[in-house]
Amino acid sequence: MRILVVEDDPVLSDGLRVGLSLFGATLDTVSSCADGRAALALTEFDALVLDLGLPDGCGLDLLRELRARGDRTPVLLLTALDEVADRIKGLDAGADDYLGKPFDLDELGARVRAISRRRSGRASPLLSCSGIVLDPAQISVTRNGESVSLSRREFAVLAALMDRPGTIRSKDKLEERLYGWQEEIESNTVEVHIHYLRAKLGRHVIETVRGLGYRMRVGAS
Amino acid sequence: MSSLRTRLFVILVSATSLIWLFAIGWISVGTKHEVENVLDKRLEEAARMVSSLVTSNNVASPSEDSDSPHVLAVPNYERQLDCQIWSLDGRLVARTRGAPSTSLSDSKAGFSERLIDGVTWRVFTTEVAGKGIRVLVGDRLGIRERLVADVIKGLLAPTVLIIPLLGFLIWASLNRGLRPLRSMAFELQGRNADDMSPIEPGGVPTEIRPVVTSLNGLFSKVESARQHEREITAFAAHELRTPLAGLRTQAQIAIATADSSARNTALSQILVAVDRTTRLVRQLLSIAKLDASDNVGRDASVNVGAAVEEIVDMQPIRDHRIHVVVDPALEETFFTANYELLVLALRNLHENAVHHMPRGGTVRWHVKHDIQNTIVSVEDEGPGIPEEELPLVTNRFFRGRHKSASGSGLGLAIVELALRANGASLNLANRTDRSGLRAEIIWPARSRFQSIPTSASERERHGHIQLLPLRGFGAH
Repeated sequence: MRILVVEDDPVLSDGLRVGLSLFGATLDTVSSCADGRAALALTEFDALVLDLGLPDGCGLDLLRELRARGDRTPVLLLTALDEVADRIKGLDAGADDYLGKPFDLDELGARVRAISRRRSGRASPLLSCSGIVLDPAQISVTRNGESVSLSRREFAVLAALMDRPGTIRSKDKLEERLYGWQEEIESNTVEVHIHYLRAKLGRHVIETVRGLGYRMRVGAS
Repeated sequence: MSSLRTRLFVILVSATSLIWLFAIGWISVGTKHEVENVLDKRLEEAARMVSSLVTSNNVASPSEDSDSPHVLAVPNYERQLDCQIWSLDGRLVARTRGAPSTSLSDSKAGFSERLIDGVTWRVFTTEVAGKGIRVLVGDRLGIRERLVADVIKGLLAPTVLIIPLLGFLIWASLNRGLRPLRSMAFELQGRNADDMSPIEPGGVPTEIRPVVTSLNGLFSKVESARQHEREITAFAAHELRTPLAGLRTQAQIAIATADSSARNTALSQILVAVDRTTRLVRQLLSIAKLDASDNVGRDASVNVGAAVEEIVDMQPIRDHRIHVVVDPALEETFFTANYELLVLALRNLHENAVHHMPRGGTVRWHVKHDIQNTIVSVEDEGPGIPEEELPLVTNRFFRGRHKSASGSGLGLAIVELALRANGASLNLANRTDRSGLRAEIIWPARSRFQSIPTSASERERHGHIQLLPLRGFGAH
């Protein structure tokens, strides 16, 4: 899962970057509306964690802009304003959830997972396909009831593929899920992760669609 | 007597009663005098009337039974006057029935009084020499006194009735007159503690209007003080939440991570956040204190250079170097000021300069004098402040577009308040020689005390320039 954090406090921003990646997410952090706008134009994010009081404007304006052009990225507002009226205003501006500062890191993680789950139209917190069950909260995977140990990146690739089983994911899109901007992308890395996933979960679980990308094989065992 | 109504009532009733009593006393004295006058006139008139009626025959040829005087047959009505007629040779010629047989008076003419058989008579005597008689007409003093007493009683009777009636009227009028006060008290009593709206002065009598005006003034003062307080509280709540969220998140990371370098990073982030929150809290307390102190004593002679050096020394040593250059002339600059507030202003200016500095920059403290002022300035090498925001940055809670993440929006507001309390002012301008902000303390000459260095050793000390390792916050 790739998350964009727009927060101007350096300590909190760093905390979110490190803290949310503990949950297996890939994080990008920016500290102003302008940078947030640029980031959103470049990359597709699974969730946006947005602070309201930013140095160059209000996060709500960025949110309204986003919704006005039909961007459906799930947004969680993070703010020091904690009045009911503020929450209503935020939610009505198009936010999916709202968390007042200070908050619990685990709760933030759960809420981010919840809004991104809702956006992909799932009710179950678990992703399952062909006997493989992925639990985003626990960062755990089982195959036919048996626990499978995956690296953080392998988990991210699998989660991206299982989010919508049967849908083809291009190599680029998968890479986006794996690396923030600050991270160096190694070549062939997606292929390497797919190779290990197949080794751990079974050869036929992930299907290569030549020239397009990868997808989970639905109904395979 | 705490009740105004009772007090007024007692005063009014006793004053009215006193005036009534005085009036009664006056009237009774006057009446007595008047009644005596009238009765005396009556005596005199009656005596002359009798004397004109008496014929000389009656006197000159006394009858055989002349030993017994003739008793005048006056019809038996309640008489008030009695009469004796004496011949000049001392014979009682005639008398009315009520008159005693002894002479009512020895006086030959005019008024006199005599006590006969326990009754005091007032008598008028007139002598008719041609007829050889003396006529004496008198009345009893008791009757006179009864007459006067009747008049007084006639006056007193209504008084006894009128005083309670008056009391009642006074009480009712007081009740009515004091109604605006009572309704104001009632309104104030019924107010809830948050209601600081002014009292409507429309229906209030002019005498109470000053009270209402002062109350309304007080209300508005309290209201604005509370507004300040609310602002600060809301600001504190708002501004503290973000660093607290950062602290909490970093602490959770430190607990959750197995990686020791990640844990150390989280812990050092916690330190940064604690330092910044500490500064924010200190600034909030400063501004609350500045708001609370209307009048500060400016009784210390402060060596500005020494104060700046102390502030520089007390800055925590950070991980990159910022140079501080203090003009040696500052050591000779003394301000008569409130020490605490001046140091507060200097420290906030210094911190502000340091916070906006790039690594390796230099903060410079200078002093210069013109005719009216001493100007102490501090220059940094930061980004400066956009011209359009310069007039706004001393507003509390203002954070501009180029705010540093560590700024609270309070620093310059504190500086201005602290300087204003010292009778000085703050001037902000962007540097023209390079990027950076120049903050000037304009200290009017009247509150300046310029000391001249006296010893050579002291002179020497002013030569040095100090370079101190310091650091601003990382994010700019």
